[in-house]
Amino acid sequence: MSSEWPLWEVFIRGQHGLNHRHVGSLHAPDAEMAICNARDVYTRRNEGVSIWVVKSNEITASAPSEKGPLFEPSNSKIYRHPTFFDIPAEVGHM
Amino acid sequence: MATADIAVDQAAYFDWLCRLGDNCLVLGHRVSEWCGHSPVLEEDIALANTALDLIGQTQLWLGLAGEVEGKGRTADKLAYLRDAAQFRNVLLVERPNGDFGQTLMRQFLFDAWHMELLRALQKSSDPRVAEIAAKAAKEVAYHLERLADLVIRLGDGTEESRARMQKALNVLWPYTGELFMADAVDQAVVAAGIAPAPESLKAAWDRTVAEVMAEATLSLPEGTFQHRGGKAGRHTEALGFILADMQFLQRAYPGGTW
Repeated sequence: MSSEWPLWEVFIRGQHGLNHRHVGSLHAPDAEMAICNARDVYTRRNEGVSIWVVKSNEITASAPSEKGPLFEPSNSKIYRHPTFFDIPAEVGHM
Repeated sequence: MATADIAVDQAAYFDWLCRLGDNCLVLGHRVSEWCGHSPVLEEDIALANTALDLIGQTQLWLGLAGEVEGKGRTADKLAYLRDAAQFRNVLLVERPNGDFGQTLMRQFLFDAWHMELLRALQKSSDPRVAEIAAKAAKEVAYHLERLADLVIRLGDGTEESRARMQKALNVLWPYTGELFMADAVDQAVVAAGIAPAPESLKAAWDRTVAEVMAEATLSLPEGTFQHRGGKAGRHTEALGFILADMQFLQRAYPGGTW
């Protein structure tokens, strides 16, 4: 039966102010049940204050084969990292 | 002690607390029997959570029962070392699991009552009862919401799921009346302001059940016969088998811990 239910990706916000994080996936017949199931499967140990679910097949993913053109060019652009500024000591930890 | 101010027959109070605890204990055990056997993984975990909620509530109610009794019996001792005739749960919760539909229907019929009871108990004259009820009410609100949803989906579902849910309702219906029958024990705790009168919960329960069944396209059985006896310790043979499973370890190895 479970194979007839669509797969959902589950995102949980751990505490207020944090982002929702992907925690896993589950099967459910619709969004409402997916939220219920996510509550029961992924928040048993007080992990969250908010749940998002999204149908797995509605996620568009980058293709692993495109890894080179997509990500490698940024390897050599070290100037994009904000590491070239001198932070005055009195600013402290940023 | 908070109870010092509450004039109530302690034996009746103990008995009534055992009813609350035993309802949760026996239903919790029944639901836990699905662990590893549910039709889908997600339901398996959801049912295990429900069972654990109920066992947690059992600890609180039976813990308080032991305190009221004042003979040094803990929640564990009450759960593991009483025989069937000393159990005070309603017959509904000891009914066999049957198919998945019957398990869900039993849970829904119980939850709809449990929610009303816990709502009223939050105004109990004994603050310990009110506190336990407030904690349990949050768990049961979720149980009820989830179960109402499932009953509607399966009732208003396929031909087969609808037939199974209607059968479950018909089979369990004669076990719902006991929830609202009052006896001397109830009258004692009602008079002390500890608990609501059992029959006072009926109107709200009727409303919840009627609404959900209408949406689930299921028809309420017309029969009026209702079983009774569990609240007074007269149980069906089913309870003996539950206790054999549940109590075996403590009976075979008294005082065993892990």
